[in-house]
Amino acid sequence: MAGEELALGDVEREVRFTLNGRPASARVPVRRTLADMLRDDLGQTGTHLGCEHGACGACTVQVDGEAVRSCLMLAVQVEGREVRTVEGLAAPDGTLSPLQDAFWRHHALQCGFCTPGFLMTADAFLREHPEPDEEEVREALSGNLCRCTGYQPIVEAVLDVARSRRSG
Amino acid sequence: MKPAPFAYADPDTLEGALDLLARAPDAKVLAGGQSLMPLLNMRLARPPLLVDIGRIASLRGIEAAEDGGLVLGAGVTHKRLAHDPAVRERWPLLAQAASLIGHEAIRARGTLGGSLVHSDPAAELPAAAVAADAVLVLESRDGGRREVAARDFFITYLTTDVAPGEVLTAVRLPAPPPGAGMAFEEVARRSGDFALAGAAAVVALDASGAVREARLALCGVGGTPVRAAEAEAVLAGRRLDEAALEAAAEAVRQAVEPEDDLHATAAYRRHLAGVLAVRALRRAGERASGGGEG
Repeated sequence: MAGEELALGDVEREVRFTLNGRPASARVPVRRTLADMLRDDLGQTGTHLGCEHGACGACTVQVDGEAVRSCLMLAVQVEGREVRTVEGLAAPDGTLSPLQDAFWRHHALQCGFCTPGFLMTADAFLREHPEPDEEEVREALSGNLCRCTGYQPIVEAVLDVARSRRSG
Repeated sequence: MKPAPFAYADPDTLEGALDLLARAPDAKVLAGGQSLMPLLNMRLARPPLLVDIGRIASLRGIEAAEDGGLVLGAGVTHKRLAHDPAVRERWPLLAQAASLIGHEAIRARGTLGGSLVHSDPAAELPAAAVAADAVLVLESRDGGRREVAARDFFITYLTTDVAPGEVLTAVRLPAPPPGAGMAFEEVARRSGDFALAGAAAVVALDASGAVREARLALCGVGGTPVRAAEAEAVLAGRRLDEAALEAAAEAVRQAVEPEDDLHATAAYRRHLAGVLAVRALRRAGERASGGGEG
């Protein structure tokens, strides 16, 4: 590798951002992905890594409210931004969010590996589309792979939240 | 599955990025990262320097031009392309193509410029750009600014006309033909996968319902997007009836030279190209005659 080109950029940086509403920071090599910083530097292991190339959706988190693949972002790219992970869904006393509660009631998880990605995807989706129909829910979740459930209970859980919002 | 070491710079001006790229010809430009990050994670790409252009606000504009066309910044995300009112009004083809890319989380980060420069032969936006007669604006520190027609931009698999030190900064779309209908149709094995093949059509009809202008581009059937000039010529002046559509499909099947791969045989891709050409042309024709959303 050309030393001269290395000198044109940083090889390490201090990243400061907001994580689940609180200030967070880590000193990381610039090649570290957002997913690895969350898990390895900050101990937030709720975000799971499956394929590490954007296909499986397990590592989905929210950056400035939008669902993104944390394996396809560098940690340094969240400087100054707002990151939300599955650890930020439940209330501080442990009360599940309505979406988490619906997943629990509908048995929308078995092994649980894909669940954080589904939750963060569905949470962002429901914010942008408060009254989706089943087809829209299936399209929204199509970027997340689940090998256990057959998807039906996951779709039902998301629709349940949408319905209860409508009636509530 | 971790990137090899590199240095990282994220200038907040285009000038800053172009200066870095002039000094580091082996550097890679990082836009939305939805194609480059997998390549880095799998170590298929090992650039010494990444120049992240994501902080450059001037690359994110969507401008409705006075001539009835659009000027799109290279950094516009697929998600914005799919939903932007000006894009949906003037070039709904681009909005439809963008909405077919990957999944919502990919569309939230992936960019127009990134897709064009990455130039995956199955990608939607290169074919849409070719059908739209788009002009791509390339800039470099030492070479200034030049413009390349989309149909000359794509050279072969993952290879474009972008020279070392250059950045694709904007995409200019001319005004669409008056009253044109547009449609993008594709077939993928699973939702969000790269398409096995796709077709982008732009159709304008005269008062009698005959084709005044038809444009057709295909993806997934060769190393680059294919503009189906023979099919366009076959349709000129004809009504879009079954015979005309079948003649266009036959011209498409003869023009494309797909290859076998893990996902489909060449013969199946050739067949699919004809089927998708018919679907896209028919739907574009319906929209041109006021039968659809435009």
